[in-house]
Amino acid sequence: MSLLLAAVFNLNHPAHTVDWEFIHLSVANVVVIGLMLIVFVLAILLPFPGAARRETARRGGGAS
Amino acid sequence: MSAVPNVPPGPPPGPPSGRPPGTPSWSGAPSHSPGASSKSWTVKLRERGVAALPPDKLLPDGQPTYVASWIYVFGVASIASLIVIVGSGCILALKGPAWWHETGVGHFFNSIHLWSVELFFFAMVVHLWGKYWMAAWRGGRARVWITGAITFLVAIPCALTGYVSQQNFDAQWISTQAKDAMNSVGVGAFFNLTNFGQMYSYHILLLPIAVVALVSLHVLLVRRHGVVPPFELQDKLADAPGEKGRA
Amino acid sequence: MSIWRTEPESRTPPWRGPYAPYDLIKELCIAVGAIVLLAVLLTVLLSSPDDPPSTIAQWSRQLPADFAATAAKELNGTSDTAEYGPPYNHSSGSVQHFFILHPQRWLGVSHPIDTAEDYVVKPLETIPNDPALSAALAEYKAASSTQKKEWTEAYAKPLEEYATAVEEKKVPPSTVVVNTSTGTVTVNTSGAGPVPTMMASLQSLAQSGGLEGGLVSSRQFFQTDYTKPLLFIADGGLLEERAEGQHLLGDQWGLMNETGSYPGQPWLWLYALWYQVEPIKSSPNADIQVLLIMSLLSLLFIFIPFLPIVNRIPRWIPVYKLIWREHYRSQGG
Repeated sequence: MSLLLAAVFNLNHPAHTVDWEFIHLSVANVVVIGLMLIVFVLAILLPFPGAARRETARRGGGAS
Repeated sequence: MSAVPNVPPGPPPGPPSGRPPGTPSWSGAPSHSPGASSKSWTVKLRERGVAALPPDKLLPDGQPTYVASWIYVFGVASIASLIVIVGSGCILALKGPAWWHETGVGHFFNSIHLWSVELFFFAMVVHLWGKYWMAAWRGGRARVWITGAITFLVAIPCALTGYVSQQNFDAQWISTQAKDAMNSVGVGAFFNLTNFGQMYSYHILLLPIAVVALVSLHVLLVRRHGVVPPFELQDKLADAPGEKGRA
Repeated sequence: MSIWRTEPESRTPPWRGPYAPYDLIKELCIAVGAIVLLAVLLTVLLSSPDDPPSTIAQWSRQLPADFAATAAKELNGTSDTAEYGPPYNHSSGSVQHFFILHPQRWLGVSHPIDTAEDYVVKPLETIPNDPALSAALAEYKAASSTQKKEWTEAYAKPLEEYATAVEEKKVPPSTVVVNTSTGTVTVNTSGAGPVPTMMASLQSLAQSGGLEGGLVSSRQFFQTDYTKPLLFIADGGLLEERAEGQHLLGDQWGLMNETGSYPGQPWLWLYALWYQVEPIKSSPNADIQVLLIMSLLSLLFIFIPFLPIVNRIPRWIPVYKLIWREHYRSQGG
C-alpha cells in the first residue's frame, strides 16, 4: 500500500547551487532557464515542415 | 400536432419569419427576415457569436503561409500542458488530497501533475517570448496580448495554492512564509494561506476556472483576429507625421 | 480608431495573401500526446518530492528547549505570532506599510489568535485528572497580568540564554537541563510560580501528539484550517532549520526553490530578486514594497502593446526576420 515507485534518478537530496555575487540559484532552476533559452533559439532557427505545401499555396495551387 | 416526430411545437405567432412555419431554428434557415429586429436574447447572442466567429473562422483548416516556424507550436503546447494538468488534477481530486502520500499510483499522478505544471510554464514563457518579438499585438490584437499576460499572472497564484495544499513540509514552509507577503498588503485578511480548506478550494476549482476561461477567451480572440502578419520589410509609414509614439 | 489598435490600420492590414492547409485539431492532439509522453518520462526519471511535514510532537522531542522557549513566549505574548499584528491580533511587530498605505492595518484582525489562551491555557485545560496541573492553572488564571508576566519572564529568560549559548557554541547555563532521551526540559529558576508545572504538562501533551489535533479542532470537530498549529510551529526553530538545509530561506532565493534538487518556480526570479537588493533587503516593509513593485511591473507587462519604446523594440531588434524568413524570401525580400 505504501509502495513508492522509485524514480530512476533520486533528486531527494539538498540542491547544489550556482552562486555569483548575491545570486544563488539551484542547479535545477538554472537548467530549466537555460533550456527555455535554448528551446526558444532552436524554435526560431529550425525549419518548420510543410514548406512545399506553403509554396504551392503561394503559387495559387492549394489555398484552402 | 407537428408532421415531424418529436419536434417541439413551433414558435408562438410573432413577426413574419423567413422560415416555413414549424421549421426549427437549428434547420439552418434564417430565423427572421433580414432587417427585422428580434427581441430574442438567444437570437441576438447567436447572431453576434456567428458574426464574430463563423464556423470556418472558429475552426479553420488553413493558416496563412507565413505561419512557418516552430515558435508557433508553443501556444498549443501551453494548452496541451493545461489539459494534462487538469486531467491529472481531476484524478488526484477523485481520491482526495491524502491519496498521493499513501500510494505509489497516487504519487505517480502527483508527479504527472507537477511536471505538467513545469511544462505549462515552460511553454507559456517561450510562447510569450515569441509573441513579444513578433509584436503580436499589432493589427488590433492588443486584447490577445492582454488576455495572455493575465493568464500567466493568474496561473501563478493557481500554482501557489497548489503548493500550499500539498500537506507536506513544503506546504508548511511556503504557507508560513508567504503569509507575510499576503498579510503585508491586507490580502491575508481574506485569503489565508494556512487555511488548507480554503486554499484547496481555490486550487481545484476557482483558479482553474479562471485560467481556463482566460485561455478560452485568448484563443477565441486569436481565431477572431487571425495570427498576426509579419512586419512589412519596406515600411513607408515609419516616420510619417502623426505616427510618433505608435508601434 | 478602436482603443485596441496600437497603430494605424495601414501599418498592419488584414492578411489577404495565400493560406496553406493546417490541421489545428490534429496539432492539438499531437501536442497533448507529446506533453503526456514528456510528463510520464519526467515522472519515471525523476518522480516528485514529498518531504513529510514536521509535527508539534516531533518538534517538542527533537528540540525540547526550543519548544519550551517558544511556548513561554506564546504565554508571555512575546512570540512572533503574539507580536505580529493584523490579521491575528492588535500588536504591531510585523505590520507593514508603504508611505500612506497601511492595508494590513486597514483590513484588521480577521483571524484572531490569543497565543497565551490558544497555545497554552486552553490545551492544558483539556488534560484531565491532574490535580497539580489544575492547581497551577487556577493560580495562574487568578493572578494579575503583571504577576503573570513576571512568572513567565522568570521561566523564559534562562531558556533564551540557553538558546543564545547553543547558537554561539558556548557552554549553556546550568539553569536549563535538557534530557535528550526523554525530550524533557527542566528550568531551574525561582520566581516562576506555576509556569514550570504548566510548561512541563504542555511538553508532555505535545510529545503525545495531543497538541496537533487540539489546536486544529479547537472550534469544532471538523476542521480544515491549520492556521493555529502552523503559526505555533513556525514560531519555533524546527521549520527554519529544515528550510535552511533545503535552500528555502529568503536569502537563499528560497521562494524560487523546491525541496531536494527538483526544479522549483524559475518564473519567480524577478519577484525573488527584489528581496536581495538594498534598501528592500533590510527593510521591515520588504514584503509590501516588493509586492507593489511587482504589481506595477505586472501592469506594465499586461499593457506592453501600449508602452512607448518597449512596443517598438521588436521592430528595432529584428528577431522577426528569422521567424518569418521563409515568408520574406518568398516575397523576394
